[in-house]
Order: sequence, then C-alpha cells, then structure tokens
Amino acid sequence: MLFALVVSLLFATTVFAQDDLPTDDEVNKIAKQLYCPVCESTPLDVCPTEACRQWRDTIRQLLSEGKSEDEIKKYFETNYGARALDEPPNRLITYGVPVAAFLLGAFLLFRGFKMWLKPVAVEPASPTEEAEVVPQDDYIRRMEEELKKRK
Amino acid sequence: MTESTNNAPVRKGVPLWAQVIIWVFLAGLLVIVAMGLNRAQQGTIQPGQVVDDFTLPLFSGYEYEGKSEVQLDDFRGKVVVINFWASWCKPCEQEAADLQRAWEAYEPTGDVIFLGVDYVDTEPEARVYLKKFGITFPNGPDLATRISQYFRIKGVPETYFIDRDGVLHYVQVGPFTSLQQIQNIIDQMLVE
Repeated sequence: MLFALVVSLLFATTVFAQDDLPTDDEVNKIAKQLYCPVCESTPLDVCPTEACRQWRDTIRQLLSEGKSEDEIKKYFETNYGARALDEPPNRLITYGVPVAAFLLGAFLLFRGFKMWLKPVAVEPASPTEEAEVVPQDDYIRRMEEELKKRK
Repeated sequence: MTESTNNAPVRKGVPLWAQVIIWVFLAGLLVIVAMGLNRAQQGTIQPGQVVDDFTLPLFSGYEYEGKSEVQLDDFRGKVVVINFWASWCKPCEQEAADLQRAWEAYEPTGDVIFLGVDYVDTEPEARVYLKKFGITFPNGPDLATRISQYFRIKGVPETYFIDRDGVLHYVQVGPFTSLQQIQNIIDQMLVE
C-alpha cells in the first residue's frame, strides 16, 4: 500500500513538471525587454521573424533550466551585445553622467555669473594707486571748503 | 566721502579655476562630438585597408587544428575568407554548398582558410544548418556582434576576402552565384 502511494506520488511529480513548462506569457514578459539586432526597434515578443522566434525558444529553454530574468538578459547581452537589451546595462553611467554634467555646468555658470556681477571693493594695491587718489581727495576737500565759504 | 571714492565698485571676472574647468569641459565635449561624427562617417571597411585582429570562438566540432578559438593574425601569409551567415538567413543557403566545395578545393593547399561567422543566431539552429550543408570549415558565433560591428556588415550573407598581408581585397555582399565566382576571387589573390 505504502509502495503504491510512493509510486503514485512519483508519477504525480512527473505530471507537475510537465505543467511547469514556461508559458508564452512568461516568455513574452522577458522577450518584450529584448530587441533583435536584425529587426531594429521591434521588441522580441512581437517580432515575427525566424531569428526572433529562435530567440524566444532560447528564452523558454533558459526559463525551463531555472534561469532567472536577470540571468537570461545577461545571457543575451553576452551573446548578442548590449543593443539586444531595451535599457543600457550600466544605467548609473548612462543616466547619471549627463545629469551630473548638467548640474556641474549649472553650478559653474551660476557661480561664474554671481562672481562676475558681484561688486567688490578694491583696496589700493600699491603706493602708486594711493598717490593717484590723493589729488582727488584734495580736490574734494577744497570743493567742500569752497562750498562752506559760499554758505 | 573719501572711503566711497576708494571703494569704487568694480566687476570681478570668473576665477581662473572655473575658467579652466569650463574650457576643459567644452574641449572634452567637442572631442566626443568629433569622434561620434568620425565614426558615423565611416562606412564599411574598404578594400585596401588592413583588417584589425579579432578573436573568433569556434563551435565544438568546428575547431581549427584543435584550437577552440582563432585570431585573424594567426593566418598571416594565408588568404582568409570570412563568411557572415545565420541559420535563419535564406539567401545564405544559396551559397552554403558552394562555399563548402570551395573550402574542400583549397584546404589541401594550406594557402587559404575559410572562417564562418555565425551572426545573431542560436547554437542549436546553427548546428542544424552546418550539418544540413555538410560544412566542415571553422565556424563560430559572433559573440556580442563584435566582429560584424567591426566590419559594419549590412546583413547576411556577406563575405570578406583578406590577402596574405592582412589587407582586405574584396567584399561580396549577398550570396555567391556559383562556385566559379568564389574560385575566381581566390585564384586572383593567390597569384598576386
């Protein structure tokens, strides 16, 4: 009786494995993230060519081998190049560098314009400059004296 | 009054460090744009140009002298015929048998090597194709499409004939029409 139960369980397991084959939906979930270089701009899940059909079969096979979505995408990147992916593999560099460059540029421009427009007091740097100021002071002093006299 | 005269407002320029960074950044941007334009203007590799070295991994059963991968530079002194193909490519089937016959004709001489580069293909289907046409010359996948990108192929089949000095001699776009056509090109290269 126990033997029969064990045998029936074994068969039940086998039947379950057959049902566990990847479905079209599971295959297409990954396929829509991939692009065949032969059919540019056509996602793999809707591409009708023979090459794309072969690729979908490869996805099904890899899924049935227990490979994860990331592993399958890595497999396609290794075999067919990064252009097979819908997104570049190194997103940090691809999206991060332009944003960082833009922010750096904006900062430099802001800083540059701010410093450029900011009025800054300049102190006499040399005795010559100071000497040039003296006559002006004397002129003002005399002007003020003149004004006082006229009051 | 005197102080106000001494502290006259003046405009100070962008500091030197900021100018250097801005100019370096702009120069870098121009270099990147120039490189991109230069690359975009480059067409397919032209006859007369030296073909750069590359590595081709080979399918099991299609090795060359027991090696599982070959480099183009290994074949200096020989005429090299590089054929891009794929199992899903119907026009490739038109020339497959002729290429194999040409290989069988030249293999004993040792002066010519044929390399099959399988473009954007799956190995099981590629093996079926190779077996179907009885192809025996070294064949391997174009991993990450590096080789086809270097040659900037327009499609498959395409065949590149490289002379003994590693210089591209002739490019056949599309399938060969006959065995004689292949032999004429190779014979001319062997005479030169």
